[in-house]
Amino acid sequence: MKINGAQIWNDSLLAEGVDVIFGYPGGAVLPIYDVLYNSKLKHIRVRHEQGAVHMADGYARATGKCGVCLVTSGPGATNTVTGIANAYMDSIPLVVFTGQVNIGLIGNDAFQEADIIGITRPCTKHSFLVTDTADIAETIKKAFYIATSGKPGPVLIDLPKDILTGMAEFSYPKSIQMRSYNPTVAGHPAQIKKALTAIKTARKPVCYIGGGLISANASKELMTFATTAKIPVTTTLMAMGAFPSDNELSLGMLGMHGTYSANMAIRDSDLIISLGARFDDRVTGKLDEFGANAKIIHVDVDPGSIGKNVGVDIPVVGDLLSVMKEMNKLLKKGEPNWAEKHAEWLSIINDWKEAHPLGYDTTSKLIKPQYVIERLYEATKGMDPIWSTEVGQTQMWAAQFLKFDNPRTFLTSGGLGTMGFGYPAALGAQAAFPKRPTIDIAGDGSIQMNIQELGTAVEYGLNTKVAILNNGFLGMVRQWQEFFHGKRYSSTVMGDNPDFVKLAEAYGAVGLRAEKPSEVDPVIKEALKVNKPVMIDFVCDPDENVFPMIPAGKTVNDMMLS
Amino acid sequence: MRHTISVLVENKFGVLSRVSGLFSGRGFNIESLTVGETEDPAVSRMTIVTRGDEKIIEQINKQLNKLIDVIKVRDVTTEDYVDRELILVKVNAEEKNRAEILRMTDIFRGRVVDVASKTYTLEVTGSEGKVEAFLEMVKPLGLVEVARTGKIALSRGGKILSTKGSGEDKKGTGTKK
Repeated sequence: MKINGAQIWNDSLLAEGVDVIFGYPGGAVLPIYDVLYNSKLKHIRVRHEQGAVHMADGYARATGKCGVCLVTSGPGATNTVTGIANAYMDSIPLVVFTGQVNIGLIGNDAFQEADIIGITRPCTKHSFLVTDTADIAETIKKAFYIATSGKPGPVLIDLPKDILTGMAEFSYPKSIQMRSYNPTVAGHPAQIKKALTAIKTARKPVCYIGGGLISANASKELMTFATTAKIPVTTTLMAMGAFPSDNELSLGMLGMHGTYSANMAIRDSDLIISLGARFDDRVTGKLDEFGANAKIIHVDVDPGSIGKNVGVDIPVVGDLLSVMKEMNKLLKKGEPNWAEKHAEWLSIINDWKEAHPLGYDTTSKLIKPQYVIERLYEATKGMDPIWSTEVGQTQMWAAQFLKFDNPRTFLTSGGLGTMGFGYPAALGAQAAFPKRPTIDIAGDGSIQMNIQELGTAVEYGLNTKVAILNNGFLGMVRQWQEFFHGKRYSSTVMGDNPDFVKLAEAYGAVGLRAEKPSEVDPVIKEALKVNKPVMIDFVCDPDENVFPMIPAGKTVNDMMLS
Repeated sequence: MRHTISVLVENKFGVLSRVSGLFSGRGFNIESLTVGETEDPAVSRMTIVTRGDEKIIEQINKQLNKLIDVIKVRDVTTEDYVDRELILVKVNAEEKNRAEILRMTDIFRGRVVDVASKTYTLEVTGSEGKVEAFLEMVKPLGLVEVARTGKIALSRGGKILSTKGSGEDKKGTGTKK
């Protein structure tokens, strides 16, 4: 029996196991919205298409599944670009459906036409323009396969309106084979062996973990690896949660605002074991000096990431779960006495940890942003919270002062650095886990980039809490202006912020405010108690900076500690 | 150093822009790029001539392999290969030059493909060196217009690059099997 393209779209997503999608209707996707009127698919109608992509992204980061969103042609499609680029930089699996004008009108500058395939080509893993109703099901199958396998990423499917109204038989393929796409899974055994030999002879090894480890769901294997071989672990911003923060081997984050111990460990290490990281400039600082004393092992599913920025001694291409399992097997063979071998190294690291722990002025009469984060962490201990962040100072403080037990609990825009990501991302995670506390750590600047999604939160009962660390500045840019531009605070003063409490209330959410340290705990308690979306305005010290800091392009020796 | 890279791709619309977009987006340079159908009409073959140090060429290889529609990539410069380019040249065929133009064309084993009262159009095929040499020779005789195909290349001997398996690097360095 023939059914229309929109129905095929719907049935394909159900066959793929999709439970929720984020979208916004429009002319070109009317046939799909007609089907969604009584579909089993849950649809969350957002307030802006960028929000839809970030929600699908947050959903994907928190669940490990593919996020899905749906928008109309033209402006609906172009509004997704930042969200898609964001997911691409952080390798998050998404399938983005965009409406398109009728096939015959493509290229004619029709109403609400945009060449979204062309516009998003550099920021998608792949994209498809469907030109036949009979191809919809197979294209969707391919899109999910491509988005979720190998190095994950966003895939865009452009659906002309007449393809959605056309008729075809429906059958959803069980599996897909593509001759041009076969991502590597198993690592090369000889390379893995080489890596193990290096690990067994190193005196000062350190694990440098990236977001790829979380994508590969290999946290347990990392735990086994690091604790067996007694190797200290530092994580990138994208990998927070990959290794428990309170483990004695944990060094926290490395890089520009990383811990003293993590950056010193990299400086002095003789073997850097990079697992699913990509040697981003915010991590490496001055490239020539990064790990200058170390051999580098780099395990990554993407060969293109290996040797791109830093020369690698032992490359291993493969899925991290599979490679880590192999490495753990080999770790046991001819095992040295790890504790003894690394005793001196671990004691040096401990000295660094004790000499320069992360901290802030705890005697201040003003609310310190770090204090709010610590109190939020304490208040949600044992409740399996999911954290998201916006971008800038608040993001860095969150990475420094939150503690993590599990992966997929810290949703942050690592690569693109997208302000306005955190709130919709948290809502996407909340849609997947309605019962877990989901908290966005925001600034007064970044929250206003997608604040309209408060409406979505209220409408769908997504009871995410937003903690605005309000310092009246675009804080990170202000910090750079203070250090590098003679305190000329050009366009970074947020003088006319709205009353966030009233704003939340206007949307039908709960607004709360804390103006001094003693008010922080009661407000947090209230926010967690109330079964509604909450926005908390923490009026913070406007002059607080993020430390340590290694200025861009500099080395660990230029680290500013306060 | 200059490299000639053969790429087998799915013969679908949009593939050329994915490949050229990769080069422009990552700041790689393209000296010439040719595309044509292969023995399998579903597959096209691109021959890309590019320049870069070892690290850049490695990245070009890896990034090309990452494109979903790319089936195989081979840097033929690393092995024995033949390459050819075809040019069409329009020259002023003034009375006094005609004999010389025909002689040059003959020496370079070219052909006259079009004759008009004032111009000749010539076809020459060969390696880059030969084609360049020919252009040098006809320039003083009154060169008016040149169209070049860009280089195409094949490995010498039994080595083939096809969708049905070939002598590819399988050491997990990123080349697709």
